[in-house]
Amino acid sequence: MDTYSLEGELTIFTAAQLKPELLNFLHSSTAPELNLSAVTECDTAGLQLLILLKREATLTGKSISFMMHSKAVIEVLELARLTSQFGDPIVLAHS
Amino acid sequence: MSFELDDDMKAALVTFIQESVELLQELEDRLMILSGQDSSDDDIQAIFRCAHTIKGTAGLFGLDAIVRFTHIMENVLDRVRKHELDINPDLIGLLLKSGDHLRVLVDAASHGRETTSPEQLALGEYLLNQLKSYQNTLELPKTSANTQHKVETINTPQSASGNWLLFLQFNEHCLRDGMDPLAFIRYLTTLGDIVELSTFAHNMPDAEHMDPETNYLSFEIILSSNADKETIAAAFEFVREGSVIHIIPLEHRIPYYVELINSLSPEDAKLGELLIKCGVITQHELDQGLNTQSTDTTANKPIGEILVEQRVVQQPIVNAALTKQKDLKEQKARENRSIRIDAERLDKLIDLIGELVISTSVATLSAKQVRSVALHEAHAHVNSLVEAVRSSALQLRMVAIGTVFSRFQRVVYDISKELNKDIKLVINGAETEVDKSVVEKISDPLTHMVRNAMDHGIETAAVRLARGKPEQGTVKLNAYHSSGSIVIEVSDDGNGLDKDKILSTAINRGLIPPGTELTEQEIYALIFEPGFSTATQISNLSGRGVGMDVVKRNIHDLRGAIKINSEIGLGTTIEIHLPLTLAIINGFLTKVGDISYIIPLDRVIECLELPTNEQHDYMELRGEVLPFIRLREVFNNTGPISKRQNVIVVEHLGLKAGLVVDRLLGELQTVIKPLGELFSHVQGVNGSTILGSGEVALIIDVATLLAQQEKLMQASLTSALAHIN
Repeated sequence: MDTYSLEGELTIFTAAQLKPELLNFLHSSTAPELNLSAVTECDTAGLQLLILLKREATLTGKSISFMMHSKAVIEVLELARLTSQFGDPIVLAHS
Repeated sequence: MSFELDDDMKAALVTFIQESVELLQELEDRLMILSGQDSSDDDIQAIFRCAHTIKGTAGLFGLDAIVRFTHIMENVLDRVRKHELDINPDLIGLLLKSGDHLRVLVDAASHGRETTSPEQLALGEYLLNQLKSYQNTLELPKTSANTQHKVETINTPQSASGNWLLFLQFNEHCLRDGMDPLAFIRYLTTLGDIVELSTFAHNMPDAEHMDPETNYLSFEIILSSNADKETIAAAFEFVREGSVIHIIPLEHRIPYYVELINSLSPEDAKLGELLIKCGVITQHELDQGLNTQSTDTTANKPIGEILVEQRVVQQPIVNAALTKQKDLKEQKARENRSIRIDAERLDKLIDLIGELVISTSVATLSAKQVRSVALHEAHAHVNSLVEAVRSSALQLRMVAIGTVFSRFQRVVYDISKELNKDIKLVINGAETEVDKSVVEKISDPLTHMVRNAMDHGIETAAVRLARGKPEQGTVKLNAYHSSGSIVIEVSDDGNGLDKDKILSTAINRGLIPPGTELTEQEIYALIFEPGFSTATQISNLSGRGVGMDVVKRNIHDLRGAIKINSEIGLGTTIEIHLPLTLAIINGFLTKVGDISYIIPLDRVIECLELPTNEQHDYMELRGEVLPFIRLREVFNNTGPISKRQNVIVVEHLGLKAGLVVDRLLGELQTVIKPLGELFSHVQGVNGSTILGSGEVALIIDVATLLAQQEKLMQASLTSALAHIN
């Protein structure tokens, strides 16, 4: 199991740089896991990347799990009502 | 939300400000009615509508402070409307203050600011809290500060079902433009509760082609909110371009909107306007629909159909609106309509017509030299048309004085509270029409006079009862037309003016030397002198000796005059005589030597020939002594004297005199051109005009000449008496 730890912003400012990195990670790993505990900020661009990863995983017959969601990520997923669709257990890592 | 508007929006904002000011005035007027006995449910409805309309429009401009404030007001008013809450003096007082606060906010918005001074903010918060104590529901508009809290509860099942279906697909560039769709959704939570939300990513291309900086997401939201469509749409004001945004009332709300449409007043007969009025569609959506309608001419579809096709509104609502529209059209034919015109444009028109009047007389004069009957007839026709145009143009400027008077309900209400006196205001002649420029300038002087009447005129309740008067004092405002002027009366049933007290005060203040003999009017006129105040106690409102002299100056600037009637213990009436219009007068053209003088026709009583050999400064006219004012002497005119001179009898405020001139040239209509600064000190002339011949004529200020004459006579009388003694 491979884990990729996202750190800092997951926003329009980092999306262009993160997209190839995250896709590479997804394609190179068999059971990818994304640690979101250090994501400080998340916006629509960030949310789109998360959606893209989930979709790409399904398309390639894999499953990517997101874990240790930070508060910023939870807020966005709740707002977009995608928590259940993504199906990852959410643990409040940082209170 | 930032407060940057494009030009279109700026123009719209101006309209909003104007409308709001009017609505706030209506709100105030209706509140004043509510505080009286004969109020009705209509008044409450109207007040509610005012608050509601302001809120709706303010939302369109993103004026959150106004929206937030009116929202609470609306809630309270809604309870009053439903008879859940009784109206009482405290609540009226609070609502009046709230109206004032809104005025400040609207005023700030008109200057492009959203925030006001810290004091105003504090006052706003205070009023909000007061208002909140009247609203029982917990539903408050949430500020974005609450968002954090909101997110935690978002998954709890909502019992209330939503009433708006929103479909939002923001344009592709919005992310790069710094606009985050999620932020807009967060903002929606401040307008209401998001009952359901689905995120769609079906527009996102495959991973390789997906541009991480392009927006692909779209959202479908069910929003439970009391906000109207305009308010919700306003949230998306800045991303509207290129975005697909639909805001549709949910199916089960349709009966509500159908009912709403049926209850609308007949102000808007257009289908689109009806729909906007009840908040089903926004102006922008209508414009888009109309645009489609005009570009796609082949289809020739009615606007209702297009709106339904554009997923803006559902068919049943359109049907209801269509039916209503038909009813309204029939009603409308019978109703008067009014147009809002920029005052400047109107002034320009009046100006031009003034020039036209002058040019017409030039043309007529030249035509006389050409002995052609046809030309003569044509000119007669042109003249009568110009005359008609002139009078209807002047009528355009006429407004009912009631617009100023009604403001005083509030003034009297406030001041009587401050003074702790029970005073009512009675208004008569509110429908009397007067030139708009006069109306604008009369408001301040009237305020001073009403304040003065309430403060100094009306006695305290105890004194009134002791004098056998009703405990409640009365201040009356009255207006009527009288021979070419408008007379405005401010009267009270209070103390009346004490001549001796006024005289002694004036002497104490050094306004007049001791022992001066004055007429009744002159004594009364002293209260308008700068630095005069008989109030032993200086109150908040009056008694500082400022104000009444301002009144005098303002009235004088309007070419008006003041007359006072008073009876000790019974009350005082102050009459203000003002010219109906400031722009054009009917005059009587006369000549002294080579110079033309115009005497305002409404001051002229009759014309006589001066008896030859009359060397006195007076003549006998039907048993009365008529003093002369020789214009030749007044203006040091040294032109050739004609053999036969004429006397024009003029009258103003009960004073009569005969103006001695050389020749009478007849009536004419003329535009008053103000004299330049250089001539402002010249007495007896208050304007000039250019005659058809191109010659300049001076317009005589009859009131001043008469007043001077009166003074001279008093002086000579006094000295004559002194001789005898």
